[in-house]
Amino acid sequence: MKYAPDFRRLRSWELALAIFAVTAPFVMPALSPHGPSFIAAAAAQDMQKVDASRLVSIGGAVTEIIYALGEEGRIVARDSTSIYPESAMKLPDVGYMRQLSPEGVIATNPSAIIAVEGSGPPEALNILKAANIPFQTVPEAYSRDGILAKIRTVGDFLGVPDKATALADTVRADLDAAVADAAARPQSERKRVLFILSTQNGKIMASGTGTAADGVIRLSGALNATGNFQGYKPLTDEAIIEAKPDVILMMDRRGSHAASDTELFSHPALSLTPAAKNQTVIRMDGLHLLGFGPRTAGTVRTLNAAIYGKKTNASQ
Amino acid sequence: MAAGNRYGLAQLKAGWTTGDRSRLAQLLIVALVVFTAAIFIASIMTGAADASLGNVLGWLLGMDGAEQAVSARDRIIILDIRLPRAVMGFLVGASLAVSGAVMQGLFRNPLADPALVGVSGGASLGAVTMIVLGSTFFGPLFSAFGFYTLPVAAFLGGLVTTLLLYRIATRGGQTSVATMLLAGIALGALAGAVTGILIFIADDKQLRDLTFWGLGSLAGANWTKILSAGPIILASLAVVPFLARGLNALTLGEAAAFHMGVPVQRLKNIAIVSVAASTGASVAVSGGIGFVGIVVPHVLRLVIGPDHRYLLPASALLGGILLIFADMVARTIVPPAELPIGIITAFAGAPFFLWVLLRGRSHMGL
Repeated sequence: MKYAPDFRRLRSWELALAIFAVTAPFVMPALSPHGPSFIAAAAAQDMQKVDASRLVSIGGAVTEIIYALGEEGRIVARDSTSIYPESAMKLPDVGYMRQLSPEGVIATNPSAIIAVEGSGPPEALNILKAANIPFQTVPEAYSRDGILAKIRTVGDFLGVPDKATALADTVRADLDAAVADAAARPQSERKRVLFILSTQNGKIMASGTGTAADGVIRLSGALNATGNFQGYKPLTDEAIIEAKPDVILMMDRRGSHAASDTELFSHPALSLTPAAKNQTVIRMDGLHLLGFGPRTAGTVRTLNAAIYGKKTNASQ
Repeated sequence: MAAGNRYGLAQLKAGWTTGDRSRLAQLLIVALVVFTAAIFIASIMTGAADASLGNVLGWLLGMDGAEQAVSARDRIIILDIRLPRAVMGFLVGASLAVSGAVMQGLFRNPLADPALVGVSGGASLGAVTMIVLGSTFFGPLFSAFGFYTLPVAAFLGGLVTTLLLYRIATRGGQTSVATMLLAGIALGALAGAVTGILIFIADDKQLRDLTFWGLGSLAGANWTKILSAGPIILASLAVVPFLARGLNALTLGEAAAFHMGVPVQRLKNIAIVSVAASTGASVAVSGGIGFVGIVVPHVLRLVIGPDHRYLLPASALLGGILLIFADMVARTIVPPAELPIGIITAFAGAPFFLWVLLRGRSHMGL
């Protein structure tokens, strides 16, 4: 009675096969460092100057910026997160920004692709780049400067830097005014805001630091009630009580799936928070709230007004 | 061994295999080969974008003037997008269906499938580990294998699970199928739990990678992936025909098969290793595509009977056809976007499976 793997009676050909199977994924790629691709032949063709006349725009904020620059006539297709302005919805949809189909994108016959950072998957992007379609990544950062950098990147790529500078100036002034208003509020008066991504099965997914929600809450002169972890995490009931949110912030899901306020505050942990006592829930359109595009100044104002009511700031 | 096998087969033939059924099976396999070729060509010809297959073929064959006629765009669409998807679809589909058929034969259990004994779970765990912890702990590995780290990790995860399974189920040189089945369920649950921990500590970007990887897709097909997974899948498929007679004898029970001269232990060894290798490789390149492994062998068993000599090659062909077809639908149904393939395999396969089941029930005595 002993425990042992029973591989002693392997015949030599079986052994050879096993060795082959184990080593193949290491050896085969090593034998062809760049892979046997037909891409190289195509990529060797002449690199022309970027023609930004037929664009595929990936990412809600990128599409909004192109519209704000008045260059929407160049967009031939967009991704499923590009839902503003309304007329963008009429354009062909190449799917979710993180799950692009390379052939689908090529089928729209674009002269260039402009995509927000984080688009993918990487395999699809590799094929698109290899297909010699100029590709521009727009950096993503959840801050004032992040928005301005997006506008400049888009403007430069479209060859309209002057328009982009003008737009960036307007957005900067607008944003600075909105943020200054919010920032003047003393720390002690700031309310604690809990952003809830979803409430499935009674589990509250909340946003920690490094998220778009965290960024917009800070810009609006409030505190993120759950600032002690990164990204989106499910909260325990006790963590929710401990977070003591004054305000619940959620995305406004169109249709009937939005949890009603009564449902939300019947959650045992949430019902014990200050937010439940005041019945304070703010719901905003997801792209508007988290997009970090040209409309963010408006978002900050709306959010600030919703959090603090019509009450004027300490500065005024 | 040979004499014993012949004896076993004669018994099987007297039992439930008639000459009519063999001829039907042979005809079906020929038909499946033809159909495979047809769907392969159809898959290369259709897609969201327009591309001329004729021009590309002309260019490949070095025809005069073809160099000018073919555009770089056509070449990429056909040779770098559609062709790898069709090849990978066939390999993955064949591998999943044959693995299912071998497992069902081995365990004499119609529900057996690589997912059931934890092999798929182990492979998934390998891949998930690499997605979540890869950049932190396996940096040097990443720089060494780059794009390959994920397939290799999934393959190793599947292999480690299988070896563990073996260690647990083997006592004094004898492997107990029942223990293996139960241990497989436990290992699968354990792999799922560790995967859960990794998902919990993953950041947003990694979570998105995990979600899309878990849905299963051939969208990431490319020649490098085919080179990494293809040899393993082909080697596993090449071994499988040698298992057919043994699996037929095993239908009568392990003891009976042993007395017929089937080297039962060796049969189990080879079958398990080949299933682990091909499942690991498939999961690594295509994520979790369910359903094919369990449905294809069943449908075929209802049509051509349980003789593994026909069942195994027919499963490979039908599995490959099903996946190429599902991929074709996935990428043409909502152009220019594309659906996850797992949705298609379930939508196309499940009602068809039910229909075959209901039709076959009367004369199969189910």
